[in-house]
Amino acid sequence: MFARFLIRRVVFAAVVLWLVTTTVFILFYVGSAETVARRIAGPRAPQAVVEQIKANLGLTDPLFTQYRRFLGGLFHGDLGTSFILNTPVGTLLWQSLPATLWLVAGASVLWLVAGIAGGVVSATHARTWIDKGTTLFVLTGVSLPTFVLGLLMIFIALSVLAPLGFAFLKPGAFVSPFADPVEFLRVMIMPWFCLALVQTAVYTRLTRGSMLDVLGEDYIRTARAKGVPERAVVYRHGLRAALTPVITQFGVDIGTLLGGVVVTESVFGLQGLGQLMIRSVRDGDLPVIIGAAILASIFIVVSNLVVDVAYSFLDPRVRLA
Amino acid sequence: MRLLEVTDLRVSFPTPDGVVQAVRGVSFGVDRGRTLGIVGESGSGKSVSTQTLMGLTRGATVTGAALFEGRDLLTMPREELRRLRGARIAMIFQDPLSSLHPLYRVGRQIVEMIRVHEPEVGREQARGRAAELLGLVGIPRPAERVDDFPHQFSGGMRQRVMIAMALALNPALIIADEPTTALDATVQAQIIDLMVRLQREFDTALIMITHDLGVIADIADDVLVMYAGKPAEYADRRTLYYRAHHPYTTGLLESIPKATGTRERLQPVPGQPPSLIHLPPGCVFHPRCRHVMDRCRSEEPPMLAVAGEGHRSACWLPGAAVGPGAEAERLRDEAQAAGTRRRDKGEGDVAPAD
Repeated sequence: MFARFLIRRVVFAAVVLWLVTTTVFILFYVGSAETVARRIAGPRAPQAVVEQIKANLGLTDPLFTQYRRFLGGLFHGDLGTSFILNTPVGTLLWQSLPATLWLVAGASVLWLVAGIAGGVVSATHARTWIDKGTTLFVLTGVSLPTFVLGLLMIFIALSVLAPLGFAFLKPGAFVSPFADPVEFLRVMIMPWFCLALVQTAVYTRLTRGSMLDVLGEDYIRTARAKGVPERAVVYRHGLRAALTPVITQFGVDIGTLLGGVVVTESVFGLQGLGQLMIRSVRDGDLPVIIGAAILASIFIVVSNLVVDVAYSFLDPRVRLA
Repeated sequence: MRLLEVTDLRVSFPTPDGVVQAVRGVSFGVDRGRTLGIVGESGSGKSVSTQTLMGLTRGATVTGAALFEGRDLLTMPREELRRLRGARIAMIFQDPLSSLHPLYRVGRQIVEMIRVHEPEVGREQARGRAAELLGLVGIPRPAERVDDFPHQFSGGMRQRVMIAMALALNPALIIADEPTTALDATVQAQIIDLMVRLQREFDTALIMITHDLGVIADIADDVLVMYAGKPAEYADRRTLYYRAHHPYTTGLLESIPKATGTRERLQPVPGQPPSLIHLPPGCVFHPRCRHVMDRCRSEEPPMLAVAGEGHRSACWLPGAAVGPGAEAERLRDEAQAAGTRRRDKGEGDVAPAD
């Protein structure tokens, strides 16, 4: 039963990815060889380069041959070459991936813990000043733009904390935790909190609403009638059921964010996928744009697949559906 | 000493629209091995009363006393009451699908019940007991079904699971809040039979809350009829069915379809129950009463003895006017006529609503 469910979902994910890649191909490769070569070379490339690309990539071949070559390349991880940076697209993505990955990983832990805790406290103290305080925080968090928050954090770190002798935090380029763990933390703490703060607000609100719904359910009354201690009623019976929509949202968010956390990366100068994407759009570096788009869609599809599978463990009713 | 003795229980809830007086002075009791039926329509306060005893109504203002095995449920510390819940007093609810946790196996839910109160019982041992209990309530292949989720059971089977859970710690009292309302008629009968059989086997006291007088007729020893948060009539089952005093009880009895074969129109009780925020003055039932008299509109009748202490009714009609007979009907009409004459002298013409 479970194997069939899994196979169906994987096949579905594969179909979605195929549709995305085909759409990308159609968007960028359909047209005269001249136009396509110019797109790939970038707007400022000399005509000689354009001619070379035309020959190298076989753009004069029938469209279907090109399509087969394009898909074959994807299967082997060959995403083409950035002619502007003269580097394979795969290499560029691979270099930018760690910063985004670590940023999202660290921030997601923060916002999940804080958001769920905030939501539970808010729901169990509904309509008290604790709840109102949390709501105020949530509204502030949701309405504060990330770049304002990020710049504010940098300002506080450099102009307030540093003169006071606390100069640990510093904005700067990404450092691998395997190379220098301390430097990694110095660079990452602010982006983590910046990204997490906004997300925490969203997750608090989501958890609160879901918790309030669940705590009104009959099975919560049953749990109390059984003499289950209140703490276990809230967590074992309530939160367990209330987490389902939170997990869904989490899957969507992780997928989207892994594709590039554009604003946070830019504010803190982290060389992640978001930065790479911004640069390639600005320079008209088509191969990189294609590669990044495909990578982002892979993240989204895979995270949704993971959520679907996680769902079947969270809710036994899903497996049979 | 009675197992449970509730005296003058009052429950109200503050709401933005005003204070909802859900229960306004109800007293009842139940002995070991006996069954008390509480009857009333939605909003009569029957569920609120029992859930208040269990400490399950939050944010309510509660007064009165509820002695269970000599200790007052309404004033005991929360933690002490929690230890009683499930262990000494168990509850069965109306909709077994929404009352069981959808994400946990039924066995685990029964095991939790056991281990919350008896932590020294091992997981495996508790699981064994859960399977035994499922067998006891008539679930086939209990050893396998203990690992099923609630959605894998039918409605009747789910209610059996709830009953198994309620019985897990051999409680002294089971409160069943409309346990058959969400079930098919044939399944209803099976569940009622099961409850009666198990009650005898375990010598448990049972409070059966329902809006269905038919269910009460099958199992209750004593019956409390509630209306708009107040007791209307209290009697043993036979008296209630054959010698009812309160016009509301009479109305309820007349609204039951009879299996006599003759085609008759059902007699509904006209009108609707009052708002519990804005209660009518006098007797709460007077706007719907067929025999309304003058004093009913201004004076609230207490629970008066009808024939001996065992039969009480909150109605101003003469005590001899009981049951459906012609003599009783004559007494009621007389009383009403006398009341009407009195009204003619003073107040305006208020016709009974119907």
